[in-house]
Amino acid sequence: MIRERTLNGLVLVLLLAVPLWAMFNDQPFTITLATRAVIFALAAVGLNIALGLGGLVSLGHAAFFGIGGYAMGILAHHAQTYTPVMELPFLIEGTKSMPVIWLVAMVTSGIAAFLIGILSLRTAGVYFIMITLAFGQMFYFFSISWAAYGGEDGLLIYVRNDFPGLNTLVPINFFAICFTILCLVLLLNGLLARSPFGLALNAARQAPQRVQTVGLDPQRLKLVAFVISGVITGLAGALFADLNRFVSPTMFSWQMSGEIMIFIILGGNARLCGPVVGAVVFVMLEHFLGGLSEYWHIYLGALLLLVVLFARGGLVGLIAGREVAHD
Amino acid sequence: MTEPILATHSLQKSFGALMATDDISIDLYPGEIHAVIGPNGAGKSTLIAQICGGLKPDAGRVELLGKDVTLTNTLTRAKAGIGRTFQISALAMEDTVLQNVLLGAVGDIGSPWRFLRPVLNDGSLRSKAADALKRVGLQDHAATRTSDLSHGQRRQLEVAVALTLKPKAFVMDEPMAGLGAEGSKTLTGFLDGLREEAPILLVEHDMDAVFALADRISVLVYGKIIETGTVDQIKSSKAVREAYLGGDA
Repeated sequence: MIRERTLNGLVLVLLLAVPLWAMFNDQPFTITLATRAVIFALAAVGLNIALGLGGLVSLGHAAFFGIGGYAMGILAHHAQTYTPVMELPFLIEGTKSMPVIWLVAMVTSGIAAFLIGILSLRTAGVYFIMITLAFGQMFYFFSISWAAYGGEDGLLIYVRNDFPGLNTLVPINFFAICFTILCLVLLLNGLLARSPFGLALNAARQAPQRVQTVGLDPQRLKLVAFVISGVITGLAGALFADLNRFVSPTMFSWQMSGEIMIFIILGGNARLCGPVVGAVVFVMLEHFLGGLSEYWHIYLGALLLLVVLFARGGLVGLIAGREVAHD
Repeated sequence: MTEPILATHSLQKSFGALMATDDISIDLYPGEIHAVIGPNGAGKSTLIAQICGGLKPDAGRVELLGKDVTLTNTLTRAKAGIGRTFQISALAMEDTVLQNVLLGAVGDIGSPWRFLRPVLNDGSLRSKAADALKRVGLQDHAATRTSDLSHGQRRQLEVAVALTLKPKAFVMDEPMAGLGAEGSKTLTGFLDGLREEAPILLVEHDMDAVFALADRISVLVYGKIIETGTVDQIKSSKAVREAYLGGDA
């Protein structure tokens, strides 16, 4: 067994090393695959704050992923067609600036997470799962019927958005942006888990009665966790749309929510780098097995079954053992 | 005359046709252990829930330090000074003993909204937690996972969590439940010393513990208090013997 911290370091070094190797060996597609894994990991790190720390089994996180994606799609679409997003009551123009798009994606996902959270957190257990799923599907069907932004066909963005000082069309540059964001969010997640907020949230998951009797509100703690979680997943959605230069209703689909959850289960629920490991394994399976058979999900299902049955801490738990209670 | 720390006045709560608590008035004075006993279904849990804010009474009121807290919720009452322990330990079992007590310390400062500074780096929270652990004798178990504690130690940990909040009164729901004779004896000694910290309203089935600890006992039967008095008064009460202890007791 190796310590989880060492494993986390190894995972991130490997995730950085592969695209660097690909860059020197002129393998741009490998860099794109790694970027895809990093973005999926980011989305799952977001969900892991709600699920791992707060115990909130959300099957609707695709809503935030999609909102982030559409934030990018709508702003970039108006920028490339030179039309305003809206003129009244005040003028809002499109933009190709990534930082501005990220900000809009995070704010809109945060607002959506707040509203969905307020309603969903009135329930628990299977009802919470169902209500978050329902919200996700509401966004999905709304986007299908939103003809102004491509409806079912989605929106195509011709050129990747800009980042100050970097040519984002160079694959390794865009990877570097996404990887840096992932590392920052992992750092934030690590700090959050050890903060007074993380301590209280973790306790709210395990013993909400206890949290109440020390004068703290478990529902409010969970709501804040849900919003933070939604904001991060929304940011991942904006990056995913930029990676593909395309956004469509599938980003809102329940399958997307399920996949984000699968990353966590595969890698390890509540483990810092569990979502990263899960996303990397998923993308590798998708690439290598997907090339052999279009039914590659069968193998994914088998792997998931094995992990759930024999490695409850996910692949990280299998390698690093039971999580050490933080001392 | 000394004012009671905690008091209920004519509390009433019914569920449909069932009167779970019927005109219950009890009080708790400084330094006192006031035990509430009664057979299963007598209304003890309903009474505790009303005192701690989990249930709103249909009528009557709850006072803490002379202030009416009847309309406040669990959070407010916890902040106001009711330190509760549960019949089934409500602790974060995956966390360490220290983390559980730190939760109480975070509750005491009233704000968990600090996101970036590790809680273990906060000297004042740590010293508050360490002090509470020392007072209950769990200082050597700070790094132990809570699920690895014995049943009795979990009871002590619950008290330690409550101590970080500087409670004005403890409300304890069957702390001896599930303990063996030895564990019960140890915890009895511990609770005996705890009364100096804050008075205890003790709901308990273990009669040996109740008779060893209680300054006063209230006997609850079918939602009504049929007798309140000292241990000797309760032992010699005909009504209590008939209703609860058995005619030959």
